Amino acid sequence: MRILVIEDDKAVAKYIGKGLDELGYTVDVAPDGKEGLFLATSEHYDALIVDRMLPHIDGLTVVQTLRASNRTIPVLFLSALGEVDDRVRGLEAGGDDYLTKPFAFSELKARLDALLRRSGSSDAPLTELVAEDLNMDLLTRVVLRGGKVIELQPREFRLLEYMMRHAGQVVTRTMLLEHVWDYHFDPQTNVIDVHVSRLRAKIDKGQDKALLQTVRGAGYRLG
Amino acid sequence: MKIYRTSAFQLTVWYAVMLAVSMVAIATFLYWSTIGFLQRQTDATIEVEISGLREQYELRGLNGLNRAIGGRIQRGDDPDALYLFANRQLRPLAGNMKAWPELVSRDDGWYSFSNQAAGHAVPARARVLALPEGLVLLVGRDISDLDRLLHLAITGLAWGSGLVIALSLAGGLFMSGKVLKRVENINETSRKIVRGDFSQRVATRGTQDEFDQLADNLNHMLEQIEQLMGGIRHVGDSIAHDLRTPLTRLRHSLEEAAAEKNQPALRQQVESSIREADQLLATFSALLRIARIESGGYKVRGEQVQLNSIVNDAMELYEVVAEQRKIGVTRKLAKVPTVAGDRDLIFQLVVNLLDNALKYTPPGGEVTISVTEEDSSILLSITDTGSGIPAADIDKVTQRFYRVDDSRKEPGSGLGLSLVRAVADLHAATLMFANMYPGLRVSVSIPVEST
Repeated sequence: MRILVIEDDKAVAKYIGKGLDELGYTVDVAPDGKEGLFLATSEHYDALIVDRMLPHIDGLTVVQTLRASNRTIPVLFLSALGEVDDRVRGLEAGGDDYLTKPFAFSELKARLDALLRRSGSSDAPLTELVAEDLNMDLLTRVVLRGGKVIELQPREFRLLEYMMRHAGQVVTRTMLLEHVWDYHFDPQTNVIDVHVSRLRAKIDKGQDKALLQTVRGAGYRLG
Repeated sequence: MKIYRTSAFQLTVWYAVMLAVSMVAIATFLYWSTIGFLQRQTDATIEVEISGLREQYELRGLNGLNRAIGGRIQRGDDPDALYLFANRQLRPLAGNMKAWPELVSRDDGWYSFSNQAAGHAVPARARVLALPEGLVLLVGRDISDLDRLLHLAITGLAWGSGLVIALSLAGGLFMSGKVLKRVENINETSRKIVRGDFSQRVATRGTQDEFDQLADNLNHMLEQIEQLMGGIRHVGDSIAHDLRTPLTRLRHSLEEAAAEKNQPALRQQVESSIREADQLLATFSALLRIARIESGGYKVRGEQVQLNSIVNDAMELYEVVAEQRKIGVTRKLAKVPTVAGDRDLIFQLVVNLLDNALKYTPPGGEVTISVTEEDSSILLSITDTGSGIPAADIDKVTQRFYRVDDSRKEPGSGLGLSLVRAVADLHAATLMFANMYPGLRVSVSIPVEST
C-alpha cells in the first residue's frame, strides 16, 4: 500500500509517516500543494492524506484538480479547521473523509483503513454481513449469534451493521457518531460508550468469546 | 409601522401646530392694527361729536342743542352719523332716528346695537349721554362699512390660515417623508448587517449633506468593525492552526511515549497526560467553535430543519443515559413547521441542553422536552426536576467558563451553554432560563422565518 501525505508541517508529516511506516505502508511526503499534485498525478498511490492549508496550492484545489481529471483515489483531509462548514467544503471538493487536527494516530489509522477498504470492496450491495459466528441479514434485518436470534433496536442494528462492515478494524467514537447517528457534533459525555456497552451486552452475553472489543485510547473493534 | 409613530408624522404635526399658533398671533395683530384702529377712530369721532353737542347744551340750553343737531343733519356732510335727543320717556325730541333703540338703556356709556330705523337692521355704535331733567342724548354711527370690512378680514384670515396650514401639512409630510426615506435606507442596511451580512454599506448620494456624512461615518465604522472581526477570525484561525499544531505534536510525542513497552511505570503517567492534553484541546476547540459562530464566520447551511426529528434523534442518543441515571424522560412534540437552520448545530444545542438536564437531575427525577408552535416561532423547552439555577446566576450561565458553584464537581468545560447561546443567536432564536421550583426550564424560541 502506497500512501501520499501532502503536509507542510514537518513534525506532523513525520509523525504520520513514522506511524504508517510501522504498519507496513510505503509513505511519500510532499511538503506543498504543487509537489503533492505533481506526485499524485505522476505516481500511483492507494490513498492521499492532504492538509487543507498548504503553501502554493491549497489542499482543496489539489483534490479538486485530481477529481476533475477523474481520479477516484481515496482522499482523507486533515485540517485545523474543524467546523462543519469546513468539513462540508472539504467533502464537496472531493474528499472522502475529514479529520480535524489534532488527531490521535489511531483515529487516522481507523479512517484510513475504512477508506482503503471502501475503495477495495466491490460495488455490489451486500445482503449479509458475517463476523465469526455473528450473522446479519440486511434484508430481513435478522441478527444471529451462533444460530440464536438477537433482538436489536433500530439504532443498535445500525451500530452493529457499521461495526460489522468494518469488522477487524478499529472504529472510533467520532466515526460512529458521524456514520451511525449521522450528526457532526461534540458529545458532551461518554454517551457512545453507553450505547456500545448495551450492544455488547446483547451480542456477547453468555458467549465464550467476546466479539466487541474496546481498544484503549482509540475506540472499538468487532472480531 | 404605524403612521402616527413615524417621526415624519410627528414632525409634521408639531410643525402644523406651531404654524397654527403663529397664524393666530398674526391674525390677532392684523385685527388689532386694522379693524381695531378703525373702531377706535369711530369711537373717537363719536366722542368729539358728543362733546361738541354737550358744549352747545351747556352754553345755549335745550334750544341750542336742538339747533345744533338739526343743523348737523341738514348739512348732511356725514351720512353715517346718527343723532337722537329724547325725553324722560325716551320719546324722540330731535335727531335722525325714529325711535330709541330697544337694546340701548338710558345710562351713560358705549353701545353696539342694531339700528332698525332705516327699515332694515344696520349695525351701529353709539354713545349715550344723560342730561339733566331725565333728558338723554345718543350720538352714534352707522358702522355697516366697518362691519363688512370686519367680515371680509375674518373670512380672509380664516381661509388664509386654513390654506397655509393645509399646505404646510402636505409640504411637511412630503419633506419629512423624503428625509425618513433616507433614514429608512440607513435602517434597512443596519438590519441586514445585524442579520449577519457584513458586506452591506449605506448608500450615499454624493451631495455631502448631513445624511451623506452620516452614511459615510457609518460606512467607515462598519469598515473598521469588519476589519476587527476579520482580525478576530484571523487570530482564531491562526490559533487553530499555529497553536493546535504544536499541541498536536505534543500529543503525538506522548502517544509515542505511551507505546514504549520498556517503561510500564511511566506509561500510566503518559496516558493521563494524553487525557489532559485531550481535555485542553477539546476546550480549545469548543472555544474556537463558539468564537467562529459568534463572529459570523460560520456559514449556516440554510436547509429546512425538522426540529422534531432532531429532538427524537437526540432523545434516542440520550435515553440510555437517562435510564442509567433512573430519570424519566417525557416527550411532548406538537406538529410544527420546519425552520431554516443548521441541522448539526441545532442537534448540538439540543444535546447540550439535554445533557445538562440529565446531569443536574437527581435519580428518580423527570426531564420533559416539548416542542410547540407559538405565533410565528417554534418553542423548544426542556424542563428538569433538578436544583435549578440560583437567581443571581441565571443571567450569567451562558458566559464562557461560568459555572454555578454547585456544578463545579460535575464534569464539564463550562462552555456547553455558551455554545447553546451562540447557536441560538445564529438562528435569531431567544434563549430563556426559568426556575420552576423545583427544576429548571430552558426554552429556545426559534422564529419560523429564521435565516
